[in-house]
Amino acid sequence: MKTPVTFTLNGSEAAAFADPGQNLLDLLRRGLGDLSPKYGCGQGTCGTCTVLIDGEPHLSCLVLAEAAQDRRIETAGGLADGPDLHPLQTAFVEGFAAQCGYCTPGMLLAAKALLDRNPTPTRDEVIEAISGNLCRCTGYEPIIEAILTASRAPNRAPNRAPGRTNGRAG
Amino acid sequence: MAMEFRKDLFADERDDNLNEIGRPHIRQDILGHVTGRSPFYDDHLFDGLLHMRCVRSPHHHARVRSVDSTAAERMPGVVRVIRPSDIPVNMNTLLALLNFGRDDEPLLTPEKVAYKGEPILAILATTERAARDAVAQVTVDWEELPHVLDVEEALSPDAPMVNATYPNNTFDYHDRYDHQKLRFGNVEAGFADADHIVEGEYQMSPIEQAPMETCGAIAAPETNDRFVCYTSTQALFFSVAVAAKQTALPSSRLHFIGGTVGGGFGGKVDSHHEPLAILGALLTGRPVKYQWDRAEEMQVGAPRGAERWRIKDGVMRDGRIVAREFTGFFDAGAYTRLSSYAVQKCTGHIPGPYTIPNIASNVYCVFTNRTPSTAMRGFGITGVDFAIECHMDKVAEQAGVDPIELRILNAYRDGDMKAHRRAAKNCALIESCQVVADKAGWALGAEARAASSLREGGIGWRAEIPETVIDRAGEIGERKQTGLAPEPFAGAARRETVPAGTASEHPATGAVPQREDMVIEAERLGFKVATGTPGPTAPPPVPPATPPGVPVPYPNTGSGTSARTAPSPGPSLPAAMRSTSAPPSQPSGASAQPDRPGPAAPPAVEPPAPAGDQAQAGARPPRRPGVSRFISGPRGRR
Repeated sequence: MKTPVTFTLNGSEAAAFADPGQNLLDLLRRGLGDLSPKYGCGQGTCGTCTVLIDGEPHLSCLVLAEAAQDRRIETAGGLADGPDLHPLQTAFVEGFAAQCGYCTPGMLLAAKALLDRNPTPTRDEVIEAISGNLCRCTGYEPIIEAILTASRAPNRAPNRAPGRTNGRAG
Repeated sequence: MAMEFRKDLFADERDDNLNEIGRPHIRQDILGHVTGRSPFYDDHLFDGLLHMRCVRSPHHHARVRSVDSTAAERMPGVVRVIRPSDIPVNMNTLLALLNFGRDDEPLLTPEKVAYKGEPILAILATTERAARDAVAQVTVDWEELPHVLDVEEALSPDAPMVNATYPNNTFDYHDRYDHQKLRFGNVEAGFADADHIVEGEYQMSPIEQAPMETCGAIAAPETNDRFVCYTSTQALFFSVAVAAKQTALPSSRLHFIGGTVGGGFGGKVDSHHEPLAILGALLTGRPVKYQWDRAEEMQVGAPRGAERWRIKDGVMRDGRIVAREFTGFFDAGAYTRLSSYAVQKCTGHIPGPYTIPNIASNVYCVFTNRTPSTAMRGFGITGVDFAIECHMDKVAEQAGVDPIELRILNAYRDGDMKAHRRAAKNCALIESCQVVADKAGWALGAEARAASSLREGGIGWRAEIPETVIDRAGEIGERKQTGLAPEPFAGAARRETVPAGTASEHPATGAVPQREDMVIEAERLGFKVATGTPGPTAPPPVPPATPPGVPVPYPNTGSGTSARTAPSPGPSLPAAMRSTSAPPSQPSGASAQPDRPGPAAPPAVEPPAPAGDQAQAGARPPRRPGVSRFISGPRGRR
């Protein structure tokens, strides 16, 4: 039997029917068409499916879809404001902090949860914050550097999407 | 330092301004990555999508007595069961596209599984959960068979046959040879002259590529009678061709979309998902997704193969390596995939970046009941390099030489002749070692500090191709002993080239992998060679005279020319092979070789000598001085 679920997705009201046992990852992707959270393991070990629930990072493959009822869900697809990238996105772009890009949405959300809570994290705090997110390509250094760069961005106000920039990140 | 670019082919296509290191660049695809919009294969939504899951073997090696899927077919949501008989062309090998190897692997296995996790049945259902539940309802009557998980155990004559296409548990190169062989100079003479002999054995485990995105594909019927296939493949054209072959559809009806890969590292070339997904779409008329979960990615996904290496070095007191011998075993797992090629690649890499005048190697591509192995980041090179560099440290320790200086002393210099009869160019190991020593604060001796890749290379022996040690038959190394080929293939051989994608029932594929006398492909070598074995009257090879003015080859073998032309047993045969049958019967009088210089050949290298080939053997063209007869291809004959 399907269960109706309503919640806020990236600031907008969202509603879908959840199958019994369906997880939030599947509901977001197939039910609501938000493809930014990725399936990596289905076991809560890799972090590619990370979403923010009421501002806290959660592994959407381990969250039952019904549990999202009345919650505030944020995904990487909602980070940018139109053409304006979030400072984290800008720092990732300029700092070459992605290679295949599969872990990137989860990394960004884990980093956003950190910066929203702690705007000036230390390097160790950054490492701790992304310790649940695996990356197999770039190594973690550019990612850590990009998060630190974003934390130092002036006012951390959304920036314009970068064109070919001369700025050196990290 | 002036830099030389290889620009003869694309001179007009690229400028030489490559000073990009340390300058920031923005990837062209990164905006998609940070916004979550990069279209990975699974990011395509289809109404009515079916999910495919496979029934897999819980055993390393087992026969399928019977499969009962009636209960599974009655499960809610189940749409279709795909059996091996539903697959138009069930057998394939990845490199069939290159006419390399026999079709040895089914997409779904009908009778005998050879590794844990091998798929025998596929189930299509409306949800992934329904497909999983249905898979659990399939009952299979397994007859467990003895398995072999070790490469050297797999070479023993009583080892279970892993893969019926290759009954000796070795890949058959050119349908004749059970290993890849490299010979350069005379390692036995080098060992005899060396001050130290350093031996070591090195073992590398399989390594899973572990991409963040698991392997998969989605296929769907298109309106124009084609099938669209979104895939995670790293090798789109491999996948198109494999899918076209196994589904028996013309590739013009296959519309493949890939290119956005969530991490590959070699693990996404095997092209198993695409044909099954397309077949599912073909059989049901609906979109089908076949996606591995993480457990499958780890258990079934083909890793970098394990390798075992034995290395024996002859080392002079000053650290100069004068002879190096390899015996290598490459664990292909149950099926070939790309391991056959990996063995060729690592043979081509031997002996590492060092100028060594005497080299021999035998490398085996061995089938075991482990997960088939495939490509991964430098596969074929990484494992043997690990062994070589571990061994270099061991040599340094045993010879009492600084490990970095040892590498600098032995490194290729520009112009040095490599074991593959090509001159080394653009060498940089010495300079790399010097920079590493600087960065690590490691003190180097004055000689190592002053060394350069641009000097001292290509002079005298360093530029020469030594006479390759051959035996009376004009061949190199030892023979494989008979007695390893189990029924039903033993002796049922016809000898011919096997066309691409040949199914295993082709009569030629039943060949005994290697003839005892290991006849060389004469046309490739560019000279006429006896089809059999020359008799005792065959003249011994004449060593080339050292041209005047050229420094004496280093090392001076001391044992004279006879040592250079004596037959070399090369690397030892695996113990299992050594312990098998007696050597082939000796022709009468063969052991008495009055005109044969040097030590008598060990029995293992004595081929049978059928009569009647003397005339042909005697008619061989004279040897080019200093050039091996074993250079193959047109480059060797210019």
